[in-house]
Amino acid sequence: MKVIGKDTQRIDGQALVKGNPVFADDIKLNDLLHVKILHSPVAHAKIINIDVSKAQALEGVEVVFTHKDFKPHYYTTAGQGYPEPGPRDMRILDSKVRFVGDRVAFVAAETLEIAEQALGLIKVEYEELPCLFNVEAAMTSDIIIHSNPDKTGLHDATHNVAAHLDAEIGDVDKTLESSEFVFEGTYSTPFVQMASIEPHISLTWLDENNRLVIRTSTQVPFHVRRIVAEVLDIPVGRIRVIKPRLGGGFGGKQEILNEELVAAVTLKTGKPARIEYTRAEELFAARLRHPELVTFRLGFDKDQILTAIDLNILENCGAYGPHALTVMSVTAQKALSMYKAASIRVNGDGVYTNLPIGGAYRGYGAPQAFFPLESLMDEAAETMGIDPIELRLKNVFKVGDDIPIAKILGEGREGFPMVLYSTEIEACLKEGRKLSDWERLRSEPGSGRYRRGIGVAVAGQGSGIPGIDMGAAFIKMNEDASFNLQVGATDLGTGSDTALAQIAAEVLGVSVEKIIVYSSDTDMTPFDTGAYASSTTYISGSAVKKAAENCKTMILEQGRLLLGNQAAEIDGTFVKDEQGQSISFQDICIKSFYTEEQKQIMGTASHMSYDSPPPFNATFAEVEVDTLTGTVRVIKIVSVTDAGQIINPKMAEGQIEGGIPQALGMALSEFMPFDDKGRLLNLDFNSYHIYTARDMPELVVRFANSHEPTGPYGAKAVAEIPINAPAPAVTNAVYNAVGVRIKHLPIRPEELLGAMNRNGAN
Amino acid sequence: MNVQFELNGRLVQTEHEPGTTLMELLRSRELYSVKHGCDHGECGACTVLMDSKSVNACLILVHTVSGRKIETLESFSDHKTMHHIQDNFLHEGAAQCGYCTPGMILAVEALKREGGEIDEPGVRDALNGNLCRCTGYVKPVKAGLSTTKASRDKENAGGDS
Repeated sequence: MKVIGKDTQRIDGQALVKGNPVFADDIKLNDLLHVKILHSPVAHAKIINIDVSKAQALEGVEVVFTHKDFKPHYYTTAGQGYPEPGPRDMRILDSKVRFVGDRVAFVAAETLEIAEQALGLIKVEYEELPCLFNVEAAMTSDIIIHSNPDKTGLHDATHNVAAHLDAEIGDVDKTLESSEFVFEGTYSTPFVQMASIEPHISLTWLDENNRLVIRTSTQVPFHVRRIVAEVLDIPVGRIRVIKPRLGGGFGGKQEILNEELVAAVTLKTGKPARIEYTRAEELFAARLRHPELVTFRLGFDKDQILTAIDLNILENCGAYGPHALTVMSVTAQKALSMYKAASIRVNGDGVYTNLPIGGAYRGYGAPQAFFPLESLMDEAAETMGIDPIELRLKNVFKVGDDIPIAKILGEGREGFPMVLYSTEIEACLKEGRKLSDWERLRSEPGSGRYRRGIGVAVAGQGSGIPGIDMGAAFIKMNEDASFNLQVGATDLGTGSDTALAQIAAEVLGVSVEKIIVYSSDTDMTPFDTGAYASSTTYISGSAVKKAAENCKTMILEQGRLLLGNQAAEIDGTFVKDEQGQSISFQDICIKSFYTEEQKQIMGTASHMSYDSPPPFNATFAEVEVDTLTGTVRVIKIVSVTDAGQIINPKMAEGQIEGGIPQALGMALSEFMPFDDKGRLLNLDFNSYHIYTARDMPELVVRFANSHEPTGPYGAKAVAEIPINAPAPAVTNAVYNAVGVRIKHLPIRPEELLGAMNRNGAN
Repeated sequence: MNVQFELNGRLVQTEHEPGTTLMELLRSRELYSVKHGCDHGECGACTVLMDSKSVNACLILVHTVSGRKIETLESFSDHKTMHHIQDNFLHEGAAQCGYCTPGMILAVEALKREGGEIDEPGVRDALNGNLCRCTGYVKPVKAGLSTTKASRDKENAGGDS
């Protein structure tokens, strides 16, 4: 292959390193209105009265919206396919607030300062209601967070259950009873925030034909178009959504968070409007990873082969249920797609509380699955007296295995049968064992104040949502044998536009510079479900490959016509026959435009897959625990990934290198404490600490490539897989260092210290 | 209020409301490499050079820059050429989403202008005020390190881009 697997420079790289105006907010609009949201200061209340007269009267205020301005219509802000698999439990503005940060009203004014001032002039009378901050309490309480019967898709509103999940294969109880070893453990993962450096930002205006243009920092332009049309009751055809370069998303922008507000302002006033979240709003009013309380029971036979996996999930949805069902489903799917066991069972409830809203965050529910699973596997290995790597090698799914959970548990409905066609998890583990110096570090007994340890964890993910995700591509040829590639696929900063250009270039036998990519503009590009579920390379990439092949077929047909020989074939960038006649791609296109057999050479294609091949990863963490303070420092992470054929090694490395610190943040540095009124306390980057350049451990990133027969050129996904295994690798390393099992993230030094003292490790 | 200062090599005079931050002023002049990320001087996306030192433009009130020399990333390249630090960021693949990249490049340039030997801890210190959620800082640090070597080579050869 000439282009696939090579380090092509990012096609948008020059614009980015020059600081060119490529992001949503890098544009000047005249008569721009600035929109600000009044957020609820209380966690649960009815709005008895809301008086906006003073705000409305303030000079420079253009319009103030409250719930009275919108007819009741329930929708979900989750940027997912239609019909959405989760509950429709949210209004654009409601007469009830359900968490500190819920929307009460929004204001549009000539300047940001005036808009902010106007918020202070809105008088709201709240009748406060008792609050639910705890998932278990919420399920048995008389307090009901969502009581309106017009809401749809809620599993059991009276018990605050947004979504429910259960499935069983085999007989788990019976199998566990007859198993030689049974291990049980309950673990929890916390709220964390995506923290893209570019906040949510949306701009709207009316174009010369009175159509609504939405320029927004989104991962899901086509879902934005559909949902805004629905919420504001205007035709889809009147909306154009443009996604420029994105300053990071990580799932946080798989949400229709603010687009409908600015759109409402522009439709009402006829003026352009802009909204941008502050960092504090990002933390308390955008979306977070759903915390989960997860209990696993694992059964093993005398040969240390898994017999049964029993999984119970309690998911904290926060105040609304976007992604409630599907995050929990992914927890189950990914946990039960790693190791083979005859009997498997999952039971899960996604529960409403009066806390900020869970959403999509890189890994989706998988980090919540692998922290408990990989911790308990570590415990099992120790008790059964087997090396943790060996235990995993014995039990992981192998090529040709059927993965039965895939069929019974899909995206909010039954799934599709799945066979594992590619896995190099064994190679990942063996390579990681070598690179991490496992044997030596594992056996070194710690002593003194600083104690080192090493831990391992494995994980899988998926490549797109089977049977649902669809991407489409259009490619057309120009006179110089360059090609315009138009895709709905959404580059959220990963470099997917470049990867897709590489796929097109490989098919067409031209250099990547010849592929001009334009993506994610609902007027100009074909449909794509969007950038989530690790789908772009696998799904959109396959659409590009097919479109390029169709285009190439047309080049050949035109070449044959022009040569007058149906036996001619493509050779490089020529069509040649055995008589020695040849015509270049350029000449084929020029003639096809202007002189003979005139037509546009082009190709289109769509792609959907019933397969979702899992990429796999093995992560080894070396840590140092300060036994005096209880702090944990990660010294080194070795991460070996099987993502199938790598399209662009440097960009793939970048995905892994960037995923690891997000996972370490969840394990060690990113805290979201709430006070007893449900108010988030960490509202800036000072207190919500994401990894900095100095915090980083040494990273060793390698690939052990398989070839996935269903993927474009053998590729699988790479975007989400690195975030799953680092947290359990770290906690397993902490156990190796000081003998304490961390069951609740993030690791709190005071708790670790307490546990060490109780254990007598100190 | 009005203030005179040097902006990207040209003397500018500005009229502005009291309380306007340098970030707001620069973005209003369509110098969009100055990014908005937090308003609190924590993320470094709005980094500019003030008298060759990297500073957070969101923390600086415009009236305090009187007589100073401000540089934004726009002054580092034109439609034909790029600064060698930009080149290194490009070649190392150090820009992923690219939102924090202008600030990082300026932070490395500030480190370079300080003079002295530049090593990995030095580059990490220089980049510590620039939060990045995409790269794990691996490739930006590499770009920073190769930058210093490349710039020395270039300067020894008698030129700079």
